[in-house]
Amino acid sequence: MSGAATPNASVATLRARFGAAIGRSAVVSGATIVHVARERAHDILAWLRDDPDERYDYLVDVTAVEYRDPERPLEVVYQLRSIPRNAFLRLKINLDRSGPLEVDSVVDLWQGANWLEREAWDMFGVRFVGHPDHRRILMWETYDEGHPLRKDFPLRGRFSRAEQVRRALGADLSAHYSMDELSIADAYASLPADLRVGPRHPAPGAETSRP
Amino acid sequence: MELTPPPTLGAGDRAGFVSPNWVTTRLDDLVNWSRANSLWPMAFGTACCAIEFMATAASRFDLARFGMERVAYSPRQADVLICAGRLPFKLAPVIRRIWDQMPQPKWCISMGACASTGGIFDNYAMVQGIDTIVPVDVYVPGCPPRPEGLLYGIMLLQKKIKGESVFDPSLRVEQLADQRGMFLEPAAVDELSEPFGNSVHQTRSA
Repeated sequence: MSGAATPNASVATLRARFGAAIGRSAVVSGATIVHVARERAHDILAWLRDDPDERYDYLVDVTAVEYRDPERPLEVVYQLRSIPRNAFLRLKINLDRSGPLEVDSVVDLWQGANWLEREAWDMFGVRFVGHPDHRRILMWETYDEGHPLRKDFPLRGRFSRAEQVRRALGADLSAHYSMDELSIADAYASLPADLRVGPRHPAPGAETSRP
Repeated sequence: MELTPPPTLGAGDRAGFVSPNWVTTRLDDLVNWSRANSLWPMAFGTACCAIEFMATAASRFDLARFGMERVAYSPRQADVLICAGRLPFKLAPVIRRIWDQMPQPKWCISMGACASTGGIFDNYAMVQGIDTIVPVDVYVPGCPPRPEGLLYGIMLLQKKIKGESVFDPSLRVEQLADQRGMFLEPAAVDELSEPFGNSVHQTRSA
């Protein structure tokens, strides 16, 4: 790891390559933070993943931060890790509260972003354009009180307790917990060969679709 | 889903009520003795209270001493619903369905501060006491209660069962959802959900 005050070398490379799309950068507690423009964020993240000198192959987390100061923008945070190079990099996108809270989804780059982006949408109301399954993940799908981690969200929610109980009891259980969603049968074909033991329930066409 | 209004016991329903006499009280004793000493718990463990429940069921505290040998994870073969842990709104329809699936006679123990009142989780996601969702017979305080606490709650429930009468039909009436899909009046839910402790200083926004 680099020293406490030394910025990650990726920052200089990013500036040279993407120029104005790279905003300010800082080193906080040994972690390098780079602000990037929303329009180029997907390109930058794709480049950081694929460039042979960067190789940030693991997306540790996608989340959002809203500050108490209403003047400050909402931030979407990407925590990247390069396992082969043993390096970390944190990217932030500033989202102006007056504009649409939208960024491009990175599920096409890292499959692991799927649930992380759903959580950021659920809790902060940030839309991830191009997400394949853009639903709430922690709150139920018919939840209608907003996005709970926003600063303007009252701690106890917007409805009365009686109304919350009524809506919760009226929720459709089979919509929350579908067996399709819980099933791992579809994932069978993508398991490594040594894990494909036991009763065989391959998905249709699974034997031919995988090498 | 068709919702039916809650049943009420009219004067006519009481006509079948047998006044206590030597035969009925002896029979009550026998039935209650067997019920109280063969309770099958349906453990609904959602949080740290479930760890204490496991300790209660394990060898040191040994729940089997109370005839609760078989912890049923199937509501259809259970007598006592033990809600061990906080209940989020997302699980409210789940515990209600489990309760509806349990056959009579059935009882419910609310284990711990969160299940009983919402506890420290006075927030948007948490049911403020499972008594707003299912009827509760015994509340066990604690955060979490020690196994002794849960055992005391179970013994209180046994005591309660031994005071019941098989000839009282009102004890076994299934509570049904009203037209709104609720089991209590909205005002009753709001009152049960009132803030406790420090949080009385917080205000509701709407």
